[in-house]
Amino acid sequence: MSSIPHDHAAGGHEHEHAHYPGGIMRWITTTNHKDIGTMYLWFSFTMFLVGGVMALTIRAELFQPGLQVVHPEFFNQLTSLHGLIMVFGAIMPAAVGFANWMIPMLIGAPDMAFARMNNWSFWLLPPAGIMLVGSLFVPGGAVSAGWTLYPPLTIQNGMGMDLAIFAIHIMGASSIMGSINIITTILNLRAPGMTLMKMPLFCWTWLITAYLLIAVMPVLAGAVTMLLTDRHFGTSFFNAAGGGDPVLFQHIFWFFGHPEVYIIIMPAFGIISEIIPVYSRKPLFGYASMVYAVAGIAILSFIVWAHHMFTVGMPTAGLLFYMYATMLIAVPTGVKVFNWLATMWRGAITFETPMLFALGFLFLFTLGGFTGLVLAIMPVDIQIHDTYYVVAHFHYVMVAGSLFAFFGGVYHWIPKWTGTMYSEKLGRIHFWLSLVFFNVAFFPQHFLGLAGMPRRIPDYATQFTDWNMVSSIGAFGFGISQFVFLWAVIKCIRGDGAKAPAKPWEGATTLEWTLPSPAPYHTFETPPVVK
Amino acid sequence: MERTSKGTRGRRLAAATFAALAALPAVSHAALEWNLQTPVTEIARQQFELHTFIFWICMVIFVGVFGVMFYSLFRHRKSIGHQAEQFHENTVVEVVWTVIPFLILLFMAYPATKTILAMKDTSAPDLTIKVTGYQWKWGYDYLQDGFGYYSSLATPLAQIEGRAPKGENYLLEVDNPMVVPVGAKVRVLITAGDVLHAWWVPAFGVKQDAIPGFVRDSWFRAEKVGTYRGQCAELCGKEHGFMPVVVEVKSTEDYAKWAAEQKQKVAAAAAAPSGQAAGPAAMQAALR
Repeated sequence: MSSIPHDHAAGGHEHEHAHYPGGIMRWITTTNHKDIGTMYLWFSFTMFLVGGVMALTIRAELFQPGLQVVHPEFFNQLTSLHGLIMVFGAIMPAAVGFANWMIPMLIGAPDMAFARMNNWSFWLLPPAGIMLVGSLFVPGGAVSAGWTLYPPLTIQNGMGMDLAIFAIHIMGASSIMGSINIITTILNLRAPGMTLMKMPLFCWTWLITAYLLIAVMPVLAGAVTMLLTDRHFGTSFFNAAGGGDPVLFQHIFWFFGHPEVYIIIMPAFGIISEIIPVYSRKPLFGYASMVYAVAGIAILSFIVWAHHMFTVGMPTAGLLFYMYATMLIAVPTGVKVFNWLATMWRGAITFETPMLFALGFLFLFTLGGFTGLVLAIMPVDIQIHDTYYVVAHFHYVMVAGSLFAFFGGVYHWIPKWTGTMYSEKLGRIHFWLSLVFFNVAFFPQHFLGLAGMPRRIPDYATQFTDWNMVSSIGAFGFGISQFVFLWAVIKCIRGDGAKAPAKPWEGATTLEWTLPSPAPYHTFETPPVVK
Repeated sequence: MERTSKGTRGRRLAAATFAALAALPAVSHAALEWNLQTPVTEIARQQFELHTFIFWICMVIFVGVFGVMFYSLFRHRKSIGHQAEQFHENTVVEVVWTVIPFLILLFMAYPATKTILAMKDTSAPDLTIKVTGYQWKWGYDYLQDGFGYYSSLATPLAQIEGRAPKGENYLLEVDNPMVVPVGAKVRVLITAGDVLHAWWVPAFGVKQDAIPGFVRDSWFRAEKVGTYRGQCAELCGKEHGFMPVVVEVKSTEDYAKWAAEQKQKVAAAAAAPSGQAAGPAAMQAALR
């Protein structure tokens, strides 16, 4: 297996790997996993801010009943683009950024397996992002049928919808290439002695995520292509008047969409599994069962999609099957949570910022998991489907889940990335502000949904006023708090802080901490031997 | 010294925030809503109870699990000198925390399954009404009685744009509500004329997508006379937020009177010289 042709033909091996073009050309032509990882993370953060501004505009409109800030048609464009940008532009690229930076370091490889394809899979993203954001400015505006793109409404949309379709195609191609790269890297470039069951868990979660991506991104591409031909080439896949079925799209979309949910959360699981043992000074509890749990979740994710469609009207047998299968997911998810708790149990716990974010993740993600269980119960889902309860649920798992894990990951590894320790004070401020404002923003949305406020509406009945005000205040607080994060990161990049040792965390055991900080341009020129 | 001033500032900020939050209810129009609406059908009651049941199970697990976490965070801190142990595997424990959640799930699935079976039983209705979603209004057709009409938002634009004070049923009022008799099993056949919509009345526990080209059904048996309000629950374009569902539940006598009036109007429209036939267009004109 991991036999890289590393002939140490003595002096023939020149140590001038670090020569690269300067300025912008370095970033355009780079094939280095660290440069590309950095670009992924900055792209992700930029899109996070763009999508965040959209979210805050939505929350400003919803601060009180009546129409004040935007028109309903623009409101719908904002909710749709906010979803697309956050899912495809912010969360997924951030996960790939972590994969690029960390997987070679965690498995003792010099770089990713396909370095040029790595460059290409990143550089596909900015055009896609520009198309998505730019679609706001074309005649008819951006897609306004929600990020789920349900026809027939999407058939009514203007050319903004076509731009969104092409952006999804491009981002899908990027994801597939990234996944092939990650799978190949993990399967072929592991250091001698590192068997699959010795890999850090982050590599496992990404390996499984990459398979999920390869399985479902083509499905999404197929679905949006069918939309495209329905819109322009006279087909009727989803048009009832031509013999098509609007519900068919929902089946195809959610066959992609549900695994997508785990694509978003599993790299986060991996990061949390790296963080908790380090700050508990104790090995991860139940490593093997963690791997099986992730694999179990991945397999189940393919047979539960129709729980997003309980209200379309399915046969009783279908409803029962999807309800039971969905409830089953609670079992492997529970195993993961229990293993993390057992990892902390009788450890020697300290509370640096990465650990704070991991704990925030654990607490709030589990809360989101419970609301997921409530939503899985079909009769209850009938009441809260397409309400703010669902909005609260998926923000608990995507923001307090994935995003918090990514924040934790940045604080955990930024000493290695930049060679400078982050400011613990800024990190803590960022954590506590994020935690408090996140809950102020999203917890009341559970009540709104239960009380009967539908999602995706620009104006609401007066009994929903109070919680909406609270939610908007929280959202603005959360948005502004992210500048603390930006500041903390920029300080590290500028070298404004204590110099980071090779291993700044006492409990760290993985390979990346054997490298100097900042990590050298080429990671492991000679593979380390893992015992 | 610096610490104190910072502490005061923090406290002042916290106090200001708290005051702002505390002042919120003062600008509100109604009490805070916390839970599902009061059910007026058997199905909605079962959904309500199912939600309460699962909520408490989750709460118990949540408190238990995070009780353990906070205990560990408190007792196993490095700062109080706790030494890390190095155990990292225990098959018995893993099996236990796989099997117990599974059993809890079975416990939840049983009542849910019973409710689903009840919800799907649309047989033997007393009254069948066809509901059609349009951008952006609802059409109600009383199939057995041969009349029908549209139901659209009655809230004036001035209230939406803030030029007039908002009424009590802001955005939840329509010109012609659906009318049904109390205690009768009403079957609704739901479809759409253009894009997806969803017909939803929280108090009845009915939410069903309206799909163009397809007819789906659902049912309810309202137990109390009154007016019940819901909204379209599937994004259907720019006025998605402005197509409420209002159902008036009348006593059997009042309903009979109302239905007779509707039938009379249709007949009058058919007899009128300008009326072509009792087609939908004439019907609409008659009812306006």
